[in-house]
Amino acid sequence: MSIRTITFDAIVVGGGGAGMRASLQMAQSGFKTALISKVFPTRSHTVSAQGGITCAIASADPNDDWRWHMYDTVKGSDYIGDQEAIEYMCQVGPEAVFELDHMGLPFSRTEEGRIYQRPFGGQSKNFGEGGQAARTCAAADRTGHALLHTLYQQNLKNGTQFYNEWYAVDLVKDADDNVCGVIAISIETGETVFFKAKATVFATGGAGRIYSSTTNALINTGDGVGMALRAGVPVQDMEMWQFHPTGIAGAGTLVTEGCRGEGGYLINKDGERFMERYAPNAKDLASRDVVARSMMMEILDGRGDGPDGDYVYLKLDHLGEEVLHSRLPGICELSITFAQVDPVKEPIPVVPTCHYMMGGIPTNVNGQALKFSGGHEGEDQFVNGLFAVGEVACVSVHGANRLGGNSLLDLVVFGRAAGLHIEEALRQGMTQYEPSEEDLERALSRVNRWNESQDGESVSSLRKELQSTMQNHFGVFRKGDLMEEGVQKLAKLRERIANAHLEDKSQSFNTARVEALELDNLLEVAEATALAASGRTESRGAHSRYDFPDRDDENWLCHSVFDPKSKKLGKRDVNFKPKTVDTFQPKIRTY
Amino acid sequence: MKVSIYRYNPDTDREPSMKEYEVDTQGKDLMVLDVLNLVKEQDPSMAYRRSCREGVCGSDGMNINGKNGLACITPLSEVAPGVKEGKKPLVLRPLPGLPVIRDLVVDMTMFYNQYEKVQPYLQNDTPAPAIERLQTPEDRAKLDGLYECILCACCSTSCPSFWWNPEKFLGPAALLQSYRFLADSRDEATEERLSRLDDPFSLFRCHGIMNCVSVCPKGLNPTRAIGHIRSMLLERGV
Repeated sequence: MSIRTITFDAIVVGGGGAGMRASLQMAQSGFKTALISKVFPTRSHTVSAQGGITCAIASADPNDDWRWHMYDTVKGSDYIGDQEAIEYMCQVGPEAVFELDHMGLPFSRTEEGRIYQRPFGGQSKNFGEGGQAARTCAAADRTGHALLHTLYQQNLKNGTQFYNEWYAVDLVKDADDNVCGVIAISIETGETVFFKAKATVFATGGAGRIYSSTTNALINTGDGVGMALRAGVPVQDMEMWQFHPTGIAGAGTLVTEGCRGEGGYLINKDGERFMERYAPNAKDLASRDVVARSMMMEILDGRGDGPDGDYVYLKLDHLGEEVLHSRLPGICELSITFAQVDPVKEPIPVVPTCHYMMGGIPTNVNGQALKFSGGHEGEDQFVNGLFAVGEVACVSVHGANRLGGNSLLDLVVFGRAAGLHIEEALRQGMTQYEPSEEDLERALSRVNRWNESQDGESVSSLRKELQSTMQNHFGVFRKGDLMEEGVQKLAKLRERIANAHLEDKSQSFNTARVEALELDNLLEVAEATALAASGRTESRGAHSRYDFPDRDDENWLCHSVFDPKSKKLGKRDVNFKPKTVDTFQPKIRTY
Repeated sequence: MKVSIYRYNPDTDREPSMKEYEVDTQGKDLMVLDVLNLVKEQDPSMAYRRSCREGVCGSDGMNINGKNGLACITPLSEVAPGVKEGKKPLVLRPLPGLPVIRDLVVDMTMFYNQYEKVQPYLQNDTPAPAIERLQTPEDRAKLDGLYECILCACCSTSCPSFWWNPEKFLGPAALLQSYRFLADSRDEATEERLSRLDDPFSLFRCHGIMNCVSVCPKGLNPTRAIGHIRSMLLERGV
C-alpha cells in the first residue's frame, strides 16, 4: 500500500490555545514538532474566548492565594474535579500567565502597570468566606484572540512546522493498541498522509456543534473524541455539558460573563433582578450551571420575554458608555451585529446556550491518555503514545461544571505540562511504535467508506437531525424517559449515517468531505453524551435531572467512564489527594 | 432571493464561471454567511472557509457585491439596497489579487508571508522579571486599534499597491502588525524593525489610497499605523 509517511518526534492535532502551547514547548527545545490544524491556527475557537484567564497573580488583590482559586474550582466542579489536577493548575497558573505576558500578550493594565483582573462567577476570597474575588486576567474582552495570536506568533518564532488546513481522520495504532500517529488529509490537495510520531497530542477542542444552539464555532465537531472512541479509547464525564447563561437569543453568540463581572445583571420580562432569589449572595456571579438553570426556571415560569417568551435580558446600560467601550468593546460590537441592540442603551436578549464540554479523554496532569482500568486511582494505565490537552481532555479540572476563565488557564497550563513531559520523555528515549499494513488500512477505512459511497442521505440533513435530537433530549434539564427516546433516535441515526452519501469526490479543497468526516465525530460525541447522561442517575453540576433532582454522593461522587467497545458506562474514582493542601471535602453547594 | 457565486473547481473546470442560485431567506435580514450555508445545503460542492461565524476568526473574508468584507457579520441589508428584498442579486467572489484554489477559497500564502516578514512577535532580550513586565495603561492604550487584527486579508486584497507588488510591498495587514510591535513598550527591537522597512517597497509603496480603512471589518486603520511608521523612519533619518 502506498501512503506517504512523514515522521516527527511529536505531532499536535489542533491549533488552538492548548495545541499551540504544547507545540511551542516542544519546538523551543528543538524537537521536531508538527502541528496539524484543520483551519489556519488563528481561526481556532480559542479566538472567541472573551472575558479572560483566571489565575491568582495577586494584581487586583495583593493577598490573593492560588489555594482560594483551588477551593472555588473544586466547589464549582461540584466535587468531581480531580483535586491533584486542580491544585497543579492553580499553583502553576501564575507562572504560565506571566509567560504569556513575556511572549507579548497585550493584557489590559492597572494603574500600577500590572495585569488587569476582573471578577467572574464562582470566585471568592478566603475559601468562600471573604466575598467576591477579582481573579480573571483580561485583554479587554478579547482575551482569547490576544492569547491565540500571541501563541501563533511564538510558534512562528520557534520553528514549529505547521500543516494548516490538514484534517486528521483517524488514529493509527498497532496490534497492541499503541498509538503510532494519525492519518490526515490535506484539504487543499486531497492528499492523504500518515503522520508518524512518538507522541501524538490531541488538542482538537470541543464539540458544541452536537447541539442546534451553541456558542461554539462551526469547526467544533469533536474530532478528537470521535477519533479516540473509534480507536477504543474511553471518554469520561461526557454527560457534563456547560450551558453558558448568556448566549445572544437566536444567534447563539457568546456574551462574556465579564459583563456581569463588570456589574451587569440579568432581568426577566418584569425588569426584576431575579438572581437575587436564586443565589442571594453571589447573585449574577453564581456558578454558570446555577445561573443557567435559574434563567430556564424564569422562562419556564412565564417570565421570559419576546414573542415566544423564551429569553431574558442582560442589563448593562447602567455601567455607562465609557466603561462599556473600554472594558467590553467586543460585546458592544457583537450585540449590535447579532441582536440589533446597543447595550449602552438597551438590555441584550440572552438565553442559556451550549458552550463547553467538561468531559473528554481522561488524562493525568502530564496529558497522558488513560485507559479504563475499571478500578480505582493508582491503577490507571496509559494509552502509549497518546496525549490530550485542552477541551478534548478531561484531566479533570472542571468536573461537573467549569468556572468562567478556567478554560484558558487549562489550555496554557496543561498544554505546557504535556509539552514539558514529552520533552523529557523524548530526551530519555520514547518508543516509536510501528503499524502494520492492516493497521494503516484500518485507519483509512472510514475515509475510504465515504469516498466510495454511491447513494444515501445527505450530510447536512442528518447533521440537523442529530443536533435537534441533542437539543431536545439532552438540554439544560433532563429526564429519564426523554433521554431514552433520544438514545433510540441516535441509534437509528448511527445506521443512517453509516449509509450516508458523499456526492462530491473531488480532491481540491473539498469541504463536503470534511463535513462528512465531521458528522461521524458528532455522532460519536452525541452517543457518548447520551449514554452517560442517561446513566448518571443524579443531579450534579451541569447535569440536572427532573427524575433525580438531588446530588447522590453515595453512588455518584465519581467520574463516569464510557467504554466504546461495550458501550457501557463505568465509574472511576475522583482524586481527593492534593499534594500540598488538605483535601476539600464535599459540601452542599450554594452561592 | 438570487445569489450569484464565483465557481471554480480545478479538478473539473477549465475556467471559472458565475453560478446563479435561488435561496429562500423568508425575507429575513440574514448574514451573508447564513445565505452561503443555505446554498451549500442545495449544492454541497460549494467551497468557502468559515469558523467562528461571529467576526473574530477572519476565515470568511470575501468580495461581496464588489466590496471586501466578512460574510458572517455582513447582513444582507448592508450589502446594497434591494439585496435583502430580492430585487438585486447577492454577488460573491473570492478576495481579489490572490490565486484562487477553489470557488471562494483563495491561496493566502503571499499574505501570510508578508505577515511573517515583519517578525510579528515581541522581542525583548532583557531577562524577564518573576512577574509580568509592567506597562502603564497609557502605553497599553497605544496597542488599541492594532492588536485586534484578525488576519482576514480584506484590507491587503483591496489595496492596489498590494495587487501590483504582493511580494515586495508588505501590505496594510502586515504593516499594521509591524506597528503593533513598534508601539509596544515591552518590545526592544525598534531599530531593527525600522531598518527592515527602510526600502522603496516594503512600506513606501503605500500611496494612502485608504481602501484598507474602508473595508476593515474590525474598524481598524492601517493607513494611520503606516503614517506612524513613516514618522518614526523620518525621525530616525534626521
